[in-house]
Amino acid sequence: MTTTPSESATREAAAALTGVETTARSIAESAHLPATGITGAQSLVRSLEAVGVEVVFGIPGGAILPAYDPLFDSHVRHVLVRHEQGAGHAATGYAQATGRVGVCMATSGPGATNLVTPLADAYMDSVPIVAITGQVPSAAIGTDAFQEADIRGITMPITKHNFLVTDAAEIPQRIAEAFHLAATGRPGPVLVDIPKDVLQATTDFSWPPRLDLPGYKPTTRPHGKQVREAAAMIAGARRPVLYVGGGVLKAGATEELAELAALTGAPVVTTLMARGAFPDSSPQHLGMPGMHGTVAAVTALQKADVLVALGARFDDRVTGQLSTFAPGALVVHADIDPAEIGKNRKADVPIVGDAKETIAELVTALRAEHAAGRTPDLAAWWEQLDDWRTRYPLGYEWPEDGSLSPQYVIERIGAIAGPDAIYTSGVGQHQMWAAQFIRYEKPGTWLNSGGAGTMGYAVPAAMGAKYGRPDTTVWAIDGDGCFQMTNQELATCAIEGIPVKVAVINNGNLGMVRQWQTLFYEGRYSNTRLHASNADGTPKPVRIPDFVALAEALGCVGLRCESKDDVDAVIEKAMAITDAPVVIDFVVGADAQVWPMVAAGSSNDDILAARDLRPVFGDNQV
Amino acid sequence: MTRHTLSVLVENKSGVLARVSALFSRRAFNIESLAVGPTENPDLSRMTIVVDAESAPLEQVTKQLNKLVEVIKIVELDGGSAVQRELLMVKVRAPMAERTTVLQTAELFRARVVDVNTDTVTLEATGTPDKLQALLAVLAPLGIKEMAQSGTVALGRGPRSMSGAGTLRPVDRSA
Repeated sequence: MTTTPSESATREAAAALTGVETTARSIAESAHLPATGITGAQSLVRSLEAVGVEVVFGIPGGAILPAYDPLFDSHVRHVLVRHEQGAGHAATGYAQATGRVGVCMATSGPGATNLVTPLADAYMDSVPIVAITGQVPSAAIGTDAFQEADIRGITMPITKHNFLVTDAAEIPQRIAEAFHLAATGRPGPVLVDIPKDVLQATTDFSWPPRLDLPGYKPTTRPHGKQVREAAAMIAGARRPVLYVGGGVLKAGATEELAELAALTGAPVVTTLMARGAFPDSSPQHLGMPGMHGTVAAVTALQKADVLVALGARFDDRVTGQLSTFAPGALVVHADIDPAEIGKNRKADVPIVGDAKETIAELVTALRAEHAAGRTPDLAAWWEQLDDWRTRYPLGYEWPEDGSLSPQYVIERIGAIAGPDAIYTSGVGQHQMWAAQFIRYEKPGTWLNSGGAGTMGYAVPAAMGAKYGRPDTTVWAIDGDGCFQMTNQELATCAIEGIPVKVAVINNGNLGMVRQWQTLFYEGRYSNTRLHASNADGTPKPVRIPDFVALAEALGCVGLRCESKDDVDAVIEKAMAITDAPVVIDFVVGADAQVWPMVAAGSSNDDILAARDLRPVFGDNQV
Repeated sequence: MTRHTLSVLVENKSGVLARVSALFSRRAFNIESLAVGPTENPDLSRMTIVVDAESAPLEQVTKQLNKLVEVIKIVELDGGSAVQRELLMVKVRAPMAERTTVLQTAELFRARVVDVNTDTVTLEATGTPDKLQALLAVLAPLGIKEMAQSGTVALGRGPRSMSGAGTLRPVDRSA
């Protein structure tokens, strides 16, 4: 893509805006000419330009139509998606891949309600996006007018904040506030609902507007005393673990984390939302904790004497049964959101602050501890950790029926596309395997729906990521169940020139649910078969849908792979196609399972390394 | 379960009440009473929320309330350090034969007669929830036709204020 001077100026403004220390002054740097006698819609588009928006993902419709007219002339690009859910996830993927605020747009009523799932998704994963929705004219609000929905009321619990704009003069201020709220503090989605008559009204535009958010003062700077207390606790620990969550990526704190890890010599675990925050190649990295985490990562948390939680929130998928989670550990909990601290697990040293500043100050404080001669000896701890990870490494067995192993496919994609590529995923078995068997080395390379668990996230998120980082290879690792929820966006990708690559890990089933049915419901496969089957459950030879044909119909290149010998060749073929989206139908066995596993509600102490394989930890060793 | 009184300063904007009450309903907390009114600053409203809840989940809700963009400040006002009042209006059956009893009861509780007719008397009383309960208990045998009661409003005792300098200690924002 070529960049004009004005574009780069707005990009700089956007970069400033998405920074943590955003102030009204940084918005002022993108000074825009005032205008009088323009429409609310023009004011909206000018505001989007002024705030540095590069692209909007959306679909027009009646109530938002006035906004689409000035958008037609703007340098802000619009990607016409096929479903508003796609717009929302594309904005999320864009935001996660670029660190900037993603933007989606929809009309009133069903257009807006189709954004509900991606808004809830972005809220759970703290992704900065701004949704702009048209609303029925002010006079019609509350009358059950055509395509009316109270989208502000509907989205109150799933947005960081939302606005209903009642006066066209407010538009620049509300847009500036929305972007400020989305990007700062704990990031999150913000919705701006604008009635049609407000878009059509005559108004004046000036920039920058004054931000009026008296109740919004995120604490970014950590309390020095707390930091020193934490450093003392870490320096005195014999079995410390750095428990790294998505907040470290949100804060852009991976360099600071690397420094802290080097200084402490402590083991690091990265949650599902933090994969890529610390290189998998580091010997200090034990992998992912949680329900499908590595034995070493899960057990390290269980046996730790000091947990240093950085931008993590003690999610139930990480802690397992809360009452038996890390029973002997003192907890340092650093998070920018005070409401996260102590929510699930009592914090012995709470630190409210931005992860980047907090970790940097922890490093300084820890240096002082070390200078004072307090350096812990972690040799015994590492001996124990190394024993666990040697005895219970991540692995998988090839299916006995000779079918293709899904783990192998995902592992090969990771190996061939490498650590510079961006990987998105849907939700389910393929997601866990992609988290386990792709080696992440860099931030912003693993995008998934962690908190909400939104099936169908992969394809539209990949589209948004590829748009934001066009020079990067973007792979959507998807399941056949997920893929059938949002694959319509491949038409968008084909037409808009967004060449994503999609690996459909096609086991013909809702695989994760099926796995639970195998383990907990005596193999009664109620409604998890997606493939055409005979009465006894055996598959029929017909492919419904035929993903290769479907890909071709959507304007993509369609490929298929059914045997181990073809896996590398087909991935390389897909890698070589850079001018069109590619879909590979990897036909894999249905019986592969995700291991290790901590069953829902169970204690992490009861992790199974593989089916019926309970690790022996030798509790007397620690 | 214990009774907690939260005083919440919020921006005076539409939708704030919905956001605040949604945080309580999400956890199935029942709000015992809620009073919203203007403050000395026209841009701010004060909500006084009385809720029966365990301390730990209430602390979590309080932190989440603090996260709402339109919430400026939250203080928990406990019995000893705050003055708490409710307003009660009650329409009591008061035929001439029993009217004296009603009026004497009103006087005992320093309630005022605000409406009167041949069959009923309407009384207005303010006080702590306990005092109003006591008044109602005495009036009940006479026949309460209908009543309306406000939520609790409360202010911290002493010279300090919630919005000005030398403010009351807010419910801890930093964990």
